[in-house]
Amino acid sequence: MADAEIIPIGTRGQPGRGTGKRPSAAARGLAPKSGTPRKATPAKKPAEPASAKEAAPVEERPAAETPVIETPAPRDAPSDVPASPLVAPARTEERGTSPLAGIPVGDWLAAFQGASKELFGDQWEPQLARFLAFLRRRVTGDYTVDEYGFDAEVTERFFMAALRPVAQKWFRIEVRGVENIPTEGGALVVSNHSGTVPVDGLMTMVSIHDHTGRFLRPLGADLVFRLPVVGSVARKGGATLACSEDAERMLRGGELVGVWPEGFKGIGKPFSERYKLQRFGRGGFVSAALRTGVPIVPLSVVGAEEIYPLVGNIPSLARLLGVPYIPITPLFPLLGPLGLVPLPSKWLLEFGEPIRTDEYDDGAAEDPMLVFNVTDQVRETIQQTLYSLLMQRESVFR
Amino acid sequence: MGAGRTVLVTGVSRDLGRTLARTLATDPGIDRVVGVDVVPPRGDLGDVTFVRADIRNPVIAKVIAKEDVDTVVHMSVIATPGSAGARGTMKELNVIGTMQLLAACQKAEGLRTLVVKSSTTAYGASSRDPAMFTEDMEPRRPARTGYAKDVVEVEQYVRGFARRRPDVTTTLLRCANVIGPRVVSPLASYFRLPVIPTVLGFDPRLQFLHETDLNRVLRHAVREDVGGTFNVAGDGLLMLSQALRRSGRPNLAVPAMAFGGLGSVLKSVRRADLSPELVAFLTYGRGVDTTRMRSELGFEPHYTTASAFAEFAASLPPGSRRTDRVLGALAERLPAVDDDRPAQLTLAGGTDG
Repeated sequence: MADAEIIPIGTRGQPGRGTGKRPSAAARGLAPKSGTPRKATPAKKPAEPASAKEAAPVEERPAAETPVIETPAPRDAPSDVPASPLVAPARTEERGTSPLAGIPVGDWLAAFQGASKELFGDQWEPQLARFLAFLRRRVTGDYTVDEYGFDAEVTERFFMAALRPVAQKWFRIEVRGVENIPTEGGALVVSNHSGTVPVDGLMTMVSIHDHTGRFLRPLGADLVFRLPVVGSVARKGGATLACSEDAERMLRGGELVGVWPEGFKGIGKPFSERYKLQRFGRGGFVSAALRTGVPIVPLSVVGAEEIYPLVGNIPSLARLLGVPYIPITPLFPLLGPLGLVPLPSKWLLEFGEPIRTDEYDDGAAEDPMLVFNVTDQVRETIQQTLYSLLMQRESVFR
Repeated sequence: MGAGRTVLVTGVSRDLGRTLARTLATDPGIDRVVGVDVVPPRGDLGDVTFVRADIRNPVIAKVIAKEDVDTVVHMSVIATPGSAGARGTMKELNVIGTMQLLAACQKAEGLRTLVVKSSTTAYGASSRDPAMFTEDMEPRRPARTGYAKDVVEVEQYVRGFARRRPDVTTTLLRCANVIGPRVVSPLASYFRLPVIPTVLGFDPRLQFLHETDLNRVLRHAVREDVGGTFNVAGDGLLMLSQALRRSGRPNLAVPAMAFGGLGSVLKSVRRADLSPELVAFLTYGRGVDTTRMRSELGFEPHYTTASAFAEFAASLPPGSRRTDRVLGALAERLPAVDDDRPAQLTLAGGTDG
């Protein structure tokens, strides 16, 4: 500390850029090719003057020293040395116009058409017109959202389109029992929850939409709607708050609603407890289904547990930030952002046989014992299916 | 009911109250309309008898008795201190005014109908809100300050009055944010800002009620005599981002933490009043269910949320809309497409291969 040397800025700093004495390699590459401006490249490059005469042997040199790059520079230096080093030498050749003007309009159009054909196929004109119409609708706000803030157009064309490759190529999702999802009317899809980050919800949404054409309307924790960006994207994607009012309203409206009753206990459980179902909330989803008389479709997701194996947690930091957990995975804080890439596990989604709730009488939702029984039934179904799917799976990644 | 009715309207100094009083005066079923306010109205009151009285003191009871009023329309719950002065005055006007008015109403033998214009602000706005509030839901986070608290308290007094005077038909109308070319309200002045600040990362759902629909629903309540609490709002919802795109006005996303500070700056330069409840509304949004408005009250608004906002937006100076013009010029060079909403985007379809 005591013998700290004070280095005036821009004068004597040793390595790096902008020391003031000597232009950096990048600056030298950019500078106009005059040999003279300052006493640039004086000492440290004995090879350079020699190599200026014949460039070829220098290129053969295997070592990737920086001087190699600028070897041609001194060669044409004597031919046009401008007065000021700041003005780049103007190279007026036979063409006096800018390169943009040089390409005929016809070529431009042809290139544009070629690119459009490449991008949109043979029917590119109407396709592009449709795409422009879509963009205009977005820009002018000429679209409708439903009462939950669900924007079907942007969900279908943007969110789903972005998630589809992940579902099909990365996780190679295999869906079974699609016929158990009712093609119309309200239904409640109940699924296990895992994976540290609720990717399983997104993948379920994409898979259901691709196989049935219906939008799954997820019910999210209130943390989701408290967070900026996440909350508004969730609403646009069709989610709403997991409360009995919204659940019943959606089910009465004939929507396909998705719930993950394990909640944060499910996605935030350690890797060692994978595929062990946690408590299924307080059975609120069963009461909602009983009140509205819609079927409950159990869904078992295998594969999501392995995408971010949760091996640790920082509870104190989590409490500080007001989130349920701060995950530590084998890759996450270690590799930085790269650790956020989910592991490419193979996913299996199996929809079980729907559990009917319309046969119970009216007061069934007020009978806690019945609600607990149905909750257990759903939970057991999912747990058993998980075990059988795990047996069938060859390995985690295949 | 029939002819011979006398209606007392409070809060006639402001535009919505004055317009209501005037239109009520032209109603053939109504004999006399008495307008009451602390300050005289700025515009023409037509056939309305204006009585300058403060509803915060017992004089109002004498007015009701003397004029033999059988219907009271209470419109004097104000959302912004504005001309009234500080927040303290506003609270006095809202809460104490309502108490005095209701006390006077309780004593008035001839009173048959009480219509109170309340607001959906009573439901608050938070991340824990259900998507659509019905009339019997409570706010998830009780309001602690400002207009929202006033509204909740006013509603409590009105419910108390309805219990004590069951013979009086009490109609409580929770109206969504009123909007229209002539409306002066915190939300309207927010949309009139040259650059509209939004809360970064949040996109609230908004519901509007056009000013003429507010007028109509109040007249409807005076005429039809249906008691109860009703949400009143135009059909459908708009996201804030969507509303801004439709109005074509420039906007700027501000982090939530800075938004409050921005509000006080705007207030000090008297451009807009971003009160805490408005900030919450612009963060989380709110939707109310209007089933009961149709089925029980029997009211059908002329304007949807979108058309009410469109009319309001038309009164704003137009934005640049540069992107739209560029896209439009491009689209004109291509063949017209008939289908409004194509099923699949081929750009995305490419990912299947």
